[in-house]
Amino acid sequence: MNLEFTAEELAFRDEVRSFIEENYPKHLGDAGMREDMSPEDMVAWHKILGEKGWSVPSWPEQYGGTGWTPTQRYIWLEENARVNAFMPLPFGVSMVGPVIYTFGSEEQKERHLPGIRSGDVWWCQGYSEPGAGSDLASLKTTAVRDGDHYVINGQKTWTTLAQYADWGFFLCRTDPDAAKPQEGISFILIDMKTPGVEVRPIKLIDGGYEVNETWLTDVRVPVENLVGEENKGWTYAKFLLAHERSGIAGVARSKRAVEKLREIAGKELLDGEPLIEDLDFARKVSQLEIDLAALEITELRTLAGEQAGKGPGPESSILKIKGTEIQQRLTELTLEAVGNYGAPMYGQIEDAGSNQYPIGPDYAQHSAATYFNMRKTSIYGGSNEIQRNIITKMILGL
Amino acid sequence: MDFNFTEEQEMVRDGLSRLVREQYDWETRRGAVESDAGWRPEIWAQLAELGILGMPFSEEDGGFGGGAVDAMIVMEEFGKGLVVEPFLPTVVCAGGFLKHAGTDAQKEEHIGGIVDGSRVYAFAYAEPRGRYDLADLQTTAKKDGDGYVLNGHKAVVVGAPWASHLVVTARTSGGQRDRDGVSVFVVANDAKGVVRRDYPTVDGRRASEVYFENVSVPTDALIGEEGGALPLVEQVADEAVAALCAEACGAMKVAHAMTVDYSRQRKQFGVPIGKFQVLQHRMVDMFTEYEQSVSMTYLATLKLDAPEKERKRTASAAKVRIGQAARFVGQEAIQIHGGMGMTDELAIGSYFKRLTILNSEFGDVDHHMKRHIKLA
Repeated sequence: MNLEFTAEELAFRDEVRSFIEENYPKHLGDAGMREDMSPEDMVAWHKILGEKGWSVPSWPEQYGGTGWTPTQRYIWLEENARVNAFMPLPFGVSMVGPVIYTFGSEEQKERHLPGIRSGDVWWCQGYSEPGAGSDLASLKTTAVRDGDHYVINGQKTWTTLAQYADWGFFLCRTDPDAAKPQEGISFILIDMKTPGVEVRPIKLIDGGYEVNETWLTDVRVPVENLVGEENKGWTYAKFLLAHERSGIAGVARSKRAVEKLREIAGKELLDGEPLIEDLDFARKVSQLEIDLAALEITELRTLAGEQAGKGPGPESSILKIKGTEIQQRLTELTLEAVGNYGAPMYGQIEDAGSNQYPIGPDYAQHSAATYFNMRKTSIYGGSNEIQRNIITKMILGL
Repeated sequence: MDFNFTEEQEMVRDGLSRLVREQYDWETRRGAVESDAGWRPEIWAQLAELGILGMPFSEEDGGFGGGAVDAMIVMEEFGKGLVVEPFLPTVVCAGGFLKHAGTDAQKEEHIGGIVDGSRVYAFAYAEPRGRYDLADLQTTAKKDGDGYVLNGHKAVVVGAPWASHLVVTARTSGGQRDRDGVSVFVVANDAKGVVRRDYPTVDGRRASEVYFENVSVPTDALIGEEGGALPLVEQVADEAVAALCAEACGAMKVAHAMTVDYSRQRKQFGVPIGKFQVLQHRMVDMFTEYEQSVSMTYLATLKLDAPEKERKRTASAAKVRIGQAARFVGQEAIQIHGGMGMTDELAIGSYFKRLTILNSEFGDVDHHMKRHIKLA
């Protein structure tokens, strides 16, 4: 057992580091989770990585994966986090992509995987419904077979960035009479330009519009857009959720955010001294670092297990719970650090870039909005209560 | 010992409760918050009519002879409706300075306008580099002939865009964080050299960065003792803390009730989610936090007239306890509402945001914990 990188791994690190330094779009700057990013900016790095062949590192090599070891993938994420890179969105790369190459037809692979790799095709996820959140299996959207089409009707919600999406993957009920609700669900790909698909934005508490309601009214979808077998969609959805969870820890990004928090707390003053030298505040930052160190090694253990052939198991729920708690705590401490300047609603302030008097330091901007926004992380991707239920059932056997 | 309100206080409470219920529903509030003005002067006029704005002033000053408990009642009702109108800076803060230290002439000049609603005040105490230390002042007031000249920058002055007057802390002598040398001035918001940059806040109010660029004020703009006003500022800040605690209690009460209500209505796995014990216990913890907060608010309010050290320590204790409770109640309210709690469509998000920002006003949990330790 050891934690050292080998000479080869160090060489790999240098290679990706210089690639990122040379190619990461400078104008994205320290974008990270900036609220005002354009859709073009959100896929800019994805497209560059697509050309390089690095956009889907974890996929099998035959579908365009890089064949990197888990350690290399870890290094890759770390190096990207160093510049706070805006990574490829997960909907294609880590969600529908793996479902398609694992369960999809040859035609589906040929048709969809290239666009996911290149970043040219934007995907969204149609899972949750107003009445089916934590209890996802109770979903009501129906897909009724009509000749060589499905006719789809229903309402999805929390469809992230669907306003920009070209395609969506949807869970629909194909057998309303199945013995268990999980057994009558199918996994269907829908071209978002199909007549009857309507996307309505939802405004969130931070003032942003990142999720939508998606209404499906008599949407006709060719049967070849069914992934895998009819009524087996729940299996694919569970497969996908486990994948989503393993990526959700966000360790590399949180490490960068801790550095940033230390920088901010080094500039803020308390009694004329840097805030970071205040024991009360420093203790909270250290606690966060300690929790993050534990999470990082836990994630590496999980990755190593995956390398040894174990799929992501119920342990990945630990990564989701701890990862999101840490992300939330980071934004909370950042808000705390900036003191009075947490209050201004920067998103609503006009001429922020003009020569008017500035409102607080740059690093205070959006600190409250980010804190509000990150409350979503313990709710989405299977709420943290649901993750605890999974561990209760699958690991504790209760 | 008596924890009951007087009959008059009950009447005030009922009147305000009705006003909030009938005219301050969340949709209406949102419309006002998003309007150009950002508040409703007609509500302010009604508060004047109801006697709310004159409540804490003595009858001889033109008020109704109320006290800290009355302010607490008002702020709790305002907290329930997330009222944005500037009662705290105008009546509690500016009113407090005038009551404690105003000369007869100053009372005459200002209190009438507060009571009848024609004057609105903001309290410009925070500075960009001062965090929560009331004595950490770079704003200066220099003696100049018959008056003073003010220079400096005040941060996040809540209500300043609506104000006719600003109450400003400034240094007339001493070093940046000295206890001595602090003075308080009242300045007309449209005085020459007052430059504001106005903006909305994330919790639905308006605030400004206020710059004083060689602002000349007459001698009678000084409230209290020149260079010796820090104890006065601390007293008013403690009164503001007690008022904020009461506001937090109102907001927590409603956030908790909304959450319990949502858990009754929202069904998953065939049952209302309120049937899940893990959520039940968390809602019980929210309730407990709220009740503890009410107790601390009473304590801080009733100790506002206690000897200085006891008053300070109790105010800080309350702000610590309420800060912790507001954080817990706000976060759990969103979590239990799930995705719906994240949307701008439900009122609960507005309560969460107010409870978040309230935590940092007049000092956050760490600030008041340190103060509590120092005063042990």
